[in-house]
Amino acid sequence: MSTMTTDTRRVIYRRPDVLTDRSSHYCPGCGHGIIHRIVAEVLDELALGPRTIGVASVGCSVFVYDYLGVDFVESPHGRAPAVATGVRRVRPDAFVFTYQGDGDLAAIGTAEIVHAAARGERISVIFVNNGIYGMTGGQLAPTTLVGQRTTSTPAGRDVRSAGYPIPITEMLALLPGVTYAARGSIADPQWIGRTKAMIRRAFEIQLAGQGLSIVEILSTCPVGWGMTPSESMKHVADDVVQTYPLGVLVDRLKSTARRDGEG
Amino acid sequence: MSVVATSTRFSRERDQPVRPVLMKGNEAMAEAAIQAGCDAYFGYPITPQTELLEWMARRLPELGRVFVQAESELGAINMALGAAATGARVLVSSSSPGISLMAEAMSYMAGSELPLVLINVMRGGPGLGSIGPSQSDYFQATKGHGHGDYRVPVLAPSSIAEAVSLVADAFELAERYRTPVMILADGVIGQAMEPVVPAYRTPPRRAGGWQVSGAAGRPPRIVRSLHLRPEDLEAHNRELQSKFAAIAEAEARSVAEDLGDAEIVIVAYGTAARVAQTAIERARASGLRVGLFRPVTLWPFPSRDLAEAAAHVRAVVVVELSAGQLVEDVRLAVEGRAPVFFHGRTGGIVPMPGEVLDAVKRAWALTSPRPGLAGVAEQVAAAEPDPVSLIELGAWEAIGRHVPDSIDAVDSMPFLVAGNARNGR
Repeated sequence: MSTMTTDTRRVIYRRPDVLTDRSSHYCPGCGHGIIHRIVAEVLDELALGPRTIGVASVGCSVFVYDYLGVDFVESPHGRAPAVATGVRRVRPDAFVFTYQGDGDLAAIGTAEIVHAAARGERISVIFVNNGIYGMTGGQLAPTTLVGQRTTSTPAGRDVRSAGYPIPITEMLALLPGVTYAARGSIADPQWIGRTKAMIRRAFEIQLAGQGLSIVEILSTCPVGWGMTPSESMKHVADDVVQTYPLGVLVDRLKSTARRDGEG
Repeated sequence: MSVVATSTRFSRERDQPVRPVLMKGNEAMAEAAIQAGCDAYFGYPITPQTELLEWMARRLPELGRVFVQAESELGAINMALGAAATGARVLVSSSSPGISLMAEAMSYMAGSELPLVLINVMRGGPGLGSIGPSQSDYFQATKGHGHGDYRVPVLAPSSIAEAVSLVADAFELAERYRTPVMILADGVIGQAMEPVVPAYRTPPRRAGGWQVSGAAGRPPRIVRSLHLRPEDLEAHNRELQSKFAAIAEAEARSVAEDLGDAEIVIVAYGTAARVAQTAIERARASGLRVGLFRPVTLWPFPSRDLAEAAAHVRAVVVVELSAGQLVEDVRLAVEGRAPVFFHGRTGGIVPMPGEVLDAVKRAWALTSPRPGLAGVAEQVAAAEPDPVSLIELGAWEAIGRHVPDSIDAVDSMPFLVAGNARNGR
């Protein structure tokens, strides 16, 4: 005899609607997968998917359009904030965000991000900083740590010839057009949660019609760094944060910016 | 003077203002874009096109449309890329050095199949060059700008009135074929004022189905040029090439003037064609039967029409505000049916009608089929040579199967002999 039992299972973790059901091309230990997921979760929570136009940049994350099931425009290297400006200006009702790496945003695209910020464009920027050019095989990035070995700084980044890392999010936070700037990390579950909250805050600020919002996310490149995935996570948590401190840099919708807390 | 448009693809509406207005070229093109339904303009100041940006800065906001002065030409055209991806009707404008900066996004937009109208009000180059009028971006416009296998239609106005109508045509072409379209004007077209009856026209909007707008109730759309799999990219390139072939077949346009009885045809576009018109009037007044072949589309180049025109003349004279760029396409089209001569000025200098007339007379003398024309050659030889003309610098060239009958006439003009010697004759 069979007995009917009440099913007490409930879904506590599932793939966000916006995240497509396909395996990624990213390397083992790469941070893009985690970041894609928390961006997708926030898009779901705010029900933004159907009105979102994303702007993909050049680098490993150009394929973000394969993993986030929203409309996307692919931009030339570094130009994503200009492309997003064009989208935003003719589509005031859309939700517009860029997804850019550190080579894209902090080297070849510095003019575009600085002036989109100066204009206070109502766009959100997901800025993934792993301190290296991953797609081309691990060269010096503007964000590479001092002393870090890359294929184009084989003896380590020497400030006398290769200069210093650019704290570009701090620079952008100075501009009145930037309503929200924060730096998170995917190095541990606690910071993944905090970073997701930062992304949510950044997206809500765009929805409130208030200037440019940017979340820099410290990420990993195990292959480019010559580390295992777990070593990479530890490197971010212990070392990278020394150059790029975590926290909210500016939140102009709050009376005072908190520099030490979460988003 | 008879004017024959060789393509009637574009219909004109009749409800236009009939009173001529005095308009500056840059402002006339700007207003034409507004009247054509331009939703957004992105630009950056550069002489000699800045009035276009200024006109848009004043007019578009009062119409509730989009104007952004970008941080650079890179910024401007990438804003245009984003706006165009949503299906908006978008205009950008610049001048030569700025177009070089826009070249990157031109390639991306061609690859992504995005409509755009881009106006280049050419100035002298290379480099920062000068702010004077020039046609030295012909190669860039018709064969290049960015990387990759692509073409964009290039329309060349030779008057402000024509510039006005070509702006609407350009939007229509851009949206019909989903491609950037360039209007190649020069500093004279941009800066001059002419009385025009502006033939404003608003091309109908197309349905689309490819634009990004937010994937509500439909699968997501991706506007992109990246196709990493070789088979995918080749398939994409094949589609692009078949589109370019369709454009080349259907959209070549030219204007022929006084070609019926012409023995020499001048080939020129834009401002050079205006100078040629005056030279032709003077030539005909002195008994030389000269006509004008004016390409309106520089790509696709009206090769068939030009080949037809060249088959019935004894010489072709190409006049440009450059060191010789259009002349290469002319030679390809003429294919030796007649010798092709060149006269050009650079540096922002516009050739005088007298220079062009001299070039015509020299071509006439060099290709004289009858001894009775020696008098013309003597007249040419006696003429004071222009000390700075490219003719004197040895850029004067004749090619083709046609060998001059009157060798004496050639010998009397050493600078011409030098030019011919270089061509192996």
